[in-house]
Order: sequence, then structure tokens, then C-alpha cells
Amino acid sequence: MPPTVMLEVSRYRPEQDDKPVFQTYEVPFRDDWVVLDALNYIKDRLDGSLSFRWSCRMGVCGSCGMMVNGRPKLTCAAFLSDHLPGPIRVEPLNYFPIMRDLIVDITDFLEKLKKVKPWIVRDQVLPLEKGEYRQTPQQLDVYRQFSQCINCMLCYAACPVVGLEPGFVGPAAIALAQRYNLDSRDEGAKQRLKILSDHAGIWGCTFVGECTQVCPKHVDPAGAIQQYKLTGALDTLKSFLLPFGTR
Amino acid sequence: MSDLAQYTPYHPRWYRRRMPVLWWLKDRAYVKFVLRELTSVFVAFFALTSLWQLRALAQGPDAYARFVARLKAPIFLAVDIVALGFVLFHTITWFNLTPTAMVVRVRGKRVPDMIVAGSNYVVWVLVSAAVAWILTRGVK
Repeated sequence: MPPTVMLEVSRYRPEQDDKPVFQTYEVPFRDDWVVLDALNYIKDRLDGSLSFRWSCRMGVCGSCGMMVNGRPKLTCAAFLSDHLPGPIRVEPLNYFPIMRDLIVDITDFLEKLKKVKPWIVRDQVLPLEKGEYRQTPQQLDVYRQFSQCINCMLCYAACPVVGLEPGFVGPAAIALAQRYNLDSRDEGAKQRLKILSDHAGIWGCTFVGECTQVCPKHVDPAGAIQQYKLTGALDTLKSFLLPFGTR
Repeated sequence: MSDLAQYTPYHPRWYRRRMPVLWWLKDRAYVKFVLRELTSVFVAFFALTSLWQLRALAQGPDAYARFVARLKAPIFLAVDIVALGFVLFHTITWFNLTPTAMVVRVRGKRVPDMIVAGSNYVVWVLVSAAVAWILTRGVK
């Protein structure tokens, strides 16, 4: 086992760099260390100016997503030992504008997420005395997988359509829309249809499938999008056959 | 400080990366995706050949014999072999993707991916067998 491992970390300091440059750091190799541990070692011991986001260290918060050797990964779950002998290349998530070093601007994603209304929409909210909205285990099972999303945006960094067409709503937002569409308590499917069945919605997706491959929570956004394509196509057909029908 | 950098703490300067034209060569998964998209050209080629065949068939035995002779040309054979490879790649990759695109539920339980994808292959074999039977019926 090597005593140390080299990390090539992308640096972008807007006050001095015109474009990102790589800086190499030598960190001790430990069997139980993940890339995030190595970054924290650099920050604490070698170079306090290195900037990156992190929080929970256990794959729940979704803050520490970065490109590790060119693949989008949660750095808290990317073991150094899986990337030997190194050097291990750490870059900010693909396709997002870089603010500083490994930090990207996620405003665009948050705007898109808001647009698909990822919350339970009711035509009429029942009064409290009616009790809770009940659901059977089968009804829960229909959308449970899609509800595991932690908004880490690894799927955006894996999707070439996101890079080629900046307007594309993107994998996580569509998967979350589908999570609420499939929820038996929700009545907002019609409101989401307009944004989802647009060219920038599901039809922007060319089914590369990498979003599903990189998802650390096994959400399967590619599945959500393809399944919604069927719903969207049927709805268009219905509106064509029944132009005056109540939709 | 660089001349280009007009950065103050209140005016962040983002760096936006450009997508290189050859982005799809960076990762094997992307190469596979682009190849899968490319297969549509060869599927179209097979469809056009079939239409051409139908036209020759409609024009009578002479025209059909000429069509068959033309297909035996080495250049056509070579293109056909390449096209067959791509069409098989097309079929297999799309068959394997069906469970992602379609969730089949029987009595509330999700049918395993293997069965959803596998049923495509079963139908493929059955249809091929039926076509082979029709074609070989007259040959004895």
C-alpha cells in the first residue's frame, strides 16, 4: 500500500485565474479515507485557500458531488483505495458554471426544480379534522424509488444533453416531478404536464442513461423520463382525438 | 492579477466551460450511446432495401431477378454485413433498455427486469421462426 497518494485538484480563483488550473497535492493514503477526507486534509494542513462544499460525510446531504477521474461522484463515498495508484483528478461538476475551485453555481438547477412543482398539489386541501391522507404500501411502492433523490446533481453532470442544451429541465427535476405525479395523494399532474411535455422537458432526453448509472441513491431518473414519455405521448394523442374533451 | 479578471467580492466571475465537439469520445458509455444513435441510419437502410425489394417484386419475375443479382454485388454484401452488425446492436441495446422505459406491474408487484427484457427476445425468436417456416415451406 502506498504511503501517500497524489491529488490533482482543479483550482479556479476568479481574482487571479482566467481559467481553471490543476494543482497537485500529496496526501497520506489511508485505507478508510474517501476523496472528501483527502480534500479536508489539504484544507486543514496544506492549503487553506482550497474551496469545496460538503456537509454530512455520509451520502445524505448531496453537497459534495464532484468529478473524480472524470466521473461524477459523491466524494464522501469515493474511496481513495478505489482510485489507486493515482494521481486522482478532482474537478467541479460538469456543465455547471464554476464559482471558485470545486464550487459550482446551482441556481439554474434550483430554478428548474421549482418549475416542476415538486410538492403535493391538491385541488382542494382537506380540512385538518378529516385526518391524514392515507396511502397503502402498494401506493407508496409506486413512487418510493423516485423519492430517494438528494439533489446532488450528479445526474446533471453525467448528462450530455444538459451540456448541449442548457434549457433542458434535466434528470433529477423530471424524476422528482414523476415522484409527485405517481403519488396517490397528488393532483398536480396536469399542472406539471405543460413543462414536462415540452421539448426542453422529457423530449429533450435522448436516453443516454448515464444519469441512472451515476445516481448514488438508485433513483433511476432515466426510467422516470422514459416512463413519462409514454404518459406524455398518450396525453397528446388523447387531446388530438378528443379536442373538446375535458382534460 | 490578470487584466481580464474583473472580480470583486460583490461581482463574482463564473467560469463557464464549453462542450468540446468530441465530448462523446471521453467516456465508453457515451461512445456506446452515439453508436446506438448511429444504428438508426442502418435500420433505415434495411427498410429502404425492403421497399426496393417490394417494388421489384411488384414489377415481375425479371425485375426481381435483376434485384437479387444486384444485391449479390460485393459492395452490397459488404454494406449488408456492416448494417447487420449495427441492426443487431440496435435491437439488443433497445431490448435491454425496455425494463427502464416500461414498468410492468402484476397484482401491484413490479415484474422483474429480466422477464420484461426477456419477453422481447422470446417474441423475436417466435417471429423469426414463423418467418423461417413461411419461407422454407415451399422448399423441399
